[in-house]
Amino acid sequence: MEMPAPNPTILAKKAELVRRLSEVLPEDAVIHEETETRAYECDALTAYRCPPLAAVLPASTQEVSDVLRICHDLGVPVVPRGSGTSLAGGALPTADSVILGVARMNEVLETDYDNRFIRVQTGRTNLSVTGAVEADGFFYAPDPSSQLACAIAGNIAMNSGGAHCLKYGVTTNNLMGVTMVLMDGTVTEIGGAHLDAAGLDLLGVICGSEGQLGVVTEATLRILAKPEGALPVLMGFDTNEGAGACVSDIIKAGVLPVAIEFMDRPCIEACEAFAKAGYPMCEALLIIEVEGSPEEIQHQLGLIKEIAAAHNPVDYREAADADEAYRIWLGRKSAFGAMGQINDYMCLDGTIPVSALPEVLRRIGELSKQYGLGVANVFHAGDGNMHPLILYNANQPGQLELCEAFGADILRLCVEVGGCLTGEHGVGIEKRDLMVDQFDPVDLEAQMAVKDVFDPAWLLNPAKVFPLASSEARRAVKIAAE
Amino acid sequence: MNMRPETEAELAELIAGRDAPVWIRGGGTAGIVPQGTDVIETSGLNGISLYEPGALTLVVKAGTALGEIEATLAAEGQRLAFEPADLRAVLGTDGAPTIGGVVAMNVSGPRRIQAGACRDFLLGVRYVDGLGTAVKNGGRVMKNVTGYDLVKLMAGAHGTLGVMTEVSMKVLPLPEAQGCVLIDGLSPDDAVAAMSAALGSPYDVTGAAHLTEGMDGTPVTMVRVEGFGAQVDYRTGKLKEMLGRFGDVRVETNTDRVTVGWGYVRDLTGFVGAKGDLWRISVKPSDGPEVLRAINATKAQMDWGGGLIWAVVPEGSDVRSQLGVAGHATLVRGVGQARFHPETPVNARLAEGLRAKFDPKGIFNPGLMGAN
Repeated sequence: MEMPAPNPTILAKKAELVRRLSEVLPEDAVIHEETETRAYECDALTAYRCPPLAAVLPASTQEVSDVLRICHDLGVPVVPRGSGTSLAGGALPTADSVILGVARMNEVLETDYDNRFIRVQTGRTNLSVTGAVEADGFFYAPDPSSQLACAIAGNIAMNSGGAHCLKYGVTTNNLMGVTMVLMDGTVTEIGGAHLDAAGLDLLGVICGSEGQLGVVTEATLRILAKPEGALPVLMGFDTNEGAGACVSDIIKAGVLPVAIEFMDRPCIEACEAFAKAGYPMCEALLIIEVEGSPEEIQHQLGLIKEIAAAHNPVDYREAADADEAYRIWLGRKSAFGAMGQINDYMCLDGTIPVSALPEVLRRIGELSKQYGLGVANVFHAGDGNMHPLILYNANQPGQLELCEAFGADILRLCVEVGGCLTGEHGVGIEKRDLMVDQFDPVDLEAQMAVKDVFDPAWLLNPAKVFPLASSEARRAVKIAAE
Repeated sequence: MNMRPETEAELAELIAGRDAPVWIRGGGTAGIVPQGTDVIETSGLNGISLYEPGALTLVVKAGTALGEIEATLAAEGQRLAFEPADLRAVLGTDGAPTIGGVVAMNVSGPRRIQAGACRDFLLGVRYVDGLGTAVKNGGRVMKNVTGYDLVKLMAGAHGTLGVMTEVSMKVLPLPEAQGCVLIDGLSPDDAVAAMSAALGSPYDVTGAAHLTEGMDGTPVTMVRVEGFGAQVDYRTGKLKEMLGRFGDVRVETNTDRVTVGWGYVRDLTGFVGAKGDLWRISVKPSDGPEVLRAINATKAQMDWGGGLIWAVVPEGSDVRSQLGVAGHATLVRGVGQARFHPETPVNARLAEGLRAKFDPKGIFNPGLMGAN
């Protein structure tokens, strides 16, 4: 993955930049010593690193506005950062950019149970949003697996999902309003505590725009009453087709579980070796969770059992209590840790139509042999969001490149069967150069035209999402303007 | 002049060669298209391209009649969960609503409070922009963050950004049963308090509305639940218990009668024939009663727990200046005032910028949204 060469004119402005930033921010909020900027050199896509020119940690919308206005005046690119948990390189800086971290803005501004929303500063972590309301019986639904660390700002930038979005939707379905600062420092409010914003759905296009349209500093989020209870069921199958057909039949029967997770044999074996959850050894395993009162749960599990029986599961286990539920989830929740024990891994998140599952798994298996790299699949089966984990050795020269080439082939396969490159992680730099496999030039042009409106100088996170060749002319404008 | 292209290519060619304004019409049931203007009819672009019930996915040409889609889904025990309204009776229009029109206006009924709006069920679009370029965005899968979400932008844009040719949607299973708890005679304040309690419960309420005049002419507050039969019995029972402090609670568990009752709310049946301007007002639910007091409505109902107010007011009333709370008001039936609520200067500038990019010649539905 290539990043544009740093602009020497901008590098030469460092002293002026730091001086002006220091005029609007407290001393400890402007980080510019090389030993310290290194802390911001990467996000969770750690294979790519580059310390920024400087990093700033504003504590208010006004400070964010001041920072952006200064960077805009000086023509310095800005890379917004939540908690830096992006798997796609969304917060990867370039040497001529300023990292704008929102971590100091983590307050709850308003909690309103009568109207079922919470308003927070966006540096707040995902899990602590739920933490602020759970004692009163409420929760915030999107639950990315990094939820302990990831910030709402990053969730909005990437339109993050999670395991429970089959029922509750992803970030965009739970976001009611934002306070956003444009690159020139203008502050605007979009949406709010009412259910639909006036005019064009600006909120819809801001969510998932990977920090390229503005910096969201405050968010109004929908909160929901916690269900009375939830229980998972685990079932094993001796073919991927059997498991896939079972998922499809459950959905067709009108049961709408909150989560349907799928694991293939390599994943089951690795998880079992790591977590010893007592999983059956089989080709495919499903974990399905339903919610409601005890009677409602039993009723839904009864229906699911009847449907599953028609697909001859080799194992079927219902959780009778919280402890058994914990054991059923244990292996799945340790999947990533289990892979990390075996080797380095790369996690993809292409989405496919559920009906294409058996074919895609078969072809991933073939590609695995061809590349000589192992792969394990764990999958949000209800919504088709795959998570192939490719195993490689980062210390062996050439393996990262081989792994990336294998990953690119898997993502192209997802597109070929009617799916997409990324279901919840975002494009960032990781899938940037594959965008041409999913979109025609006119499709990308329409998206870039949106950025032209919000950020005419292309200073916000400019080297992401769009292939460098596609965005080159637009990014060149600011360089020419030096 | 009426143009009725039958393929996306034909539509693209027609737009590419055009500099004069043109109105886009699906079924013409919203009553928006002025008389005597040039019109592109989308009804020539019709048919279901793909329907996979097991994947909850529907891909359909934008000019397809909503009725045809709903019948196809019903045959597989599924539905459009955002519950689009049929406002033909109240607007005095006829014709067949199209899915493209529903999406362009982001038409979302009572279930929006729980399931989401039309835009939340829209997975992908194909459209032709103002220069005649055919563009796709999104796709047919449920989770997709690949590139910017122009899908949401097209929903509710009222055709000002492009002419949609195909949409992909997430559909959901029809529940086995529906139930409703009803309380008679509540004031708007008590009604919103009751609806808030219900919506803040774990019983997955899929509708919460208050009619200042129900079918029998007196106020009624309605709370709906849906699911398996036993589940609906359990949840209506729990809600009855919980809402008892607001008044006498009746429970209706006959699914057909519940369907009819919520159709009455959704389609504004009680408003048919009421003289005056019809407004749609979106506010924070707890602000609903205050708005009702402020606007002097001759006929009104609150949906979405109080957050969506439908009101008939004397012709020419300036509802927007009377609101007094954050939110916005759309003139759905009436003349002499702009249809849409003015946006803040910054948001108006962004919207104007987007329209200028998507429709540089400014030919689509001129003046419908924004300043010109």
